[in-house]
Amino acid sequence: MSERVFRFRLNGTEVEGRAEPRRLLSDYLRDDLGLTGTHVGCEHGICGACTIHLNGRAVRSCLLFACQVDGAEVRTVEGLADARDPLSPLQEAFWEHHGLQCGFCTPGMLMTAAELLETNPDPTEGEIREAISGNLCRCTGYVFIVDAIRAAADKLGARGAERQ
Amino acid sequence: MKPASFEYVTARTVEEAVRALADSEGEGKCLAGGQSLVPLMNFRLARPPLLVDLGQVDELRQLRHDDDGSLVVGALVTHREVAGSPLIAERVPLLAEAAREVGHAAIRNRGTIGGSFAHADPVAELPCVGLTLDAEIVAAGPHRRRTIAAADFFQGPFTTALAADEVLVEIRFPASGAERSGWAFCELARRRGDLAVVGVAAQLERRGQRLSARIGLAGVAGRPVRAVAAEAGLSGATPDAASFRAAGEAVAASLAPPSDIHGSAALRRRVASVLTERALERAARRLEAA
Ligand SMILES: Cc1cc2nc3c(=O)[nH]c(=O)nc-3n(C[C@H](O)[C@H](O)[C@H](O)COP(=O)(O)OP(=O)(O)OC[C@H]3O[C@@H](n4cnc5c(N)ncnc54)[C@H](O)[C@@H]3O)c2cc1C
Ligand code: FES
Ligand code: FES
Repeated sequence: MSERVFRFRLNGTEVEGRAEPRRLLSDYLRDDLGLTGTHVGCEHGICGACTIHLNGRAVRSCLLFACQVDGAEVRTVEGLADARDPLSPLQEAFWEHHGLQCGFCTPGMLMTAAELLETNPDPTEGEIREAISGNLCRCTGYVFIVDAIRAAADKLGARGAERQ
Repeated sequence: MKPASFEYVTARTVEEAVRALADSEGEGKCLAGGQSLVPLMNFRLARPPLLVDLGQVDELRQLRHDDDGSLVVGALVTHREVAGSPLIAERVPLLAEAAREVGHAAIRNRGTIGGSFAHADPVAELPCVGLTLDAEIVAAGPHRRRTIAAADFFQGPFTTALAADEVLVEIRFPASGAERSGWAFCELARRRGDLAVVGVAAQLERRGQRLSARIGLAGVAGRPVRAVAAEAGLSGATPDAASFRAAGEAVAASLAPPSDIHGSAALRRRVASVLTERALERAARRLEAA
């Protein structure tokens, strides 16, 4: 099948992509662009490891074909921190609160939590657990992940307050 | 775990999509949110030679109410939009409540109501609500558009009345005509966000002094079903604990659900009965508060 050409913004940079229609976005990001931060676990929407942002919303990159992002804005875990900082406040909170062990689920957890905090800056524990219900972690038992997301909410809240 | 090769076209209008499907002689498939189709393709349980991406078809994103009071939801409206829309919360709150139970946030961000109806998973929430509220499905084919009652649309597991060259355009929820109503969607899933084992949609409607009930069940047959006997038992009754228990018992008596790895027939029957009672109780509280 012939390749398709598509243009999109990836972590703030214009990209002209080229791929067969059957190329999954997850594989395109990892294998064609070398952005291996996005992980691939199940390739059928269950594990959440491949979660990225498409036009600001958390979505499964294993359930999108690369050519579908034509005209869209894509953000991956590599784009979470801005250029000046090595880690975003959310990533820092995962580090400080031991929100990861092997790190396999982490990119998906981060992208899922980032969307949660953008839409609900002060989530309850229940809301955090509900938000990450579609992301499997085989290591941590989730407790420290929930702690980390709550701590990130406090951090971001305090920053917001400082700015005002 | 990778899909087989296929041709990919993006349609700009419903007519373009229909033409592409017709040209493929029934082999092509529409691509909406991809949350059911792409897993099937990755497993190679589906190998369509052509995908017609509906993502650019603006007509399918409409959300409006018509002069006759019905609410019209375009096929591409996402579960997230259904769950959060003030218009749906006002007109068809049962649908909004059910949409919150579909999958996880990332699934609701992409998955669409049209995809859910066309996929017709027997445990899916939104088709169950469509049947419960006597929704109508508008489908466009090569020669005409037609309207299909939900009762005729869902035919069996993953089987609908849609022809291979038809595009589901929109779903119409007629105005109930009730002065007041109360609603609830209850389901049992093994884990939060999993597909339901059993789901129950209930709506109590009051016209003058008269009470009537609508009850729909998911996960108890190859397609969503109405609990006809339980609905009849509640018609004109006093909405109280005893009548709701009787409705739950009527549901249990009327079902012969399937057994599978997710739940035995006995479990499904019992859960359907309990959830019917609970859904009616919650609906009654909302009816009171209305
Ligand atoms: C982890 C996970 C959890 C899930 N949990 C649930 C759940 O709890 N409840 C639930 O109901 N679903 C669940 N789903 C499925 C999800 O709701 C899907 O969004 C939905 O079933 C299909 O919608 P879609 O837009 O993604 O359709 P697609 O996957 O794009 O398409 C599904 C089918 O419908 C056809 N189709 C789509 N749109 C049209 C149209 N307009 N006209 C004609 N044909 C069309 C396609 O050709 C295909 O055959 C889950 C999915 C995942 C991955
Ligand atoms: S790899 Fe996409 S959800 Fe598991
Ligand atoms: S840290 Fe290992 S899977 Fe979550």
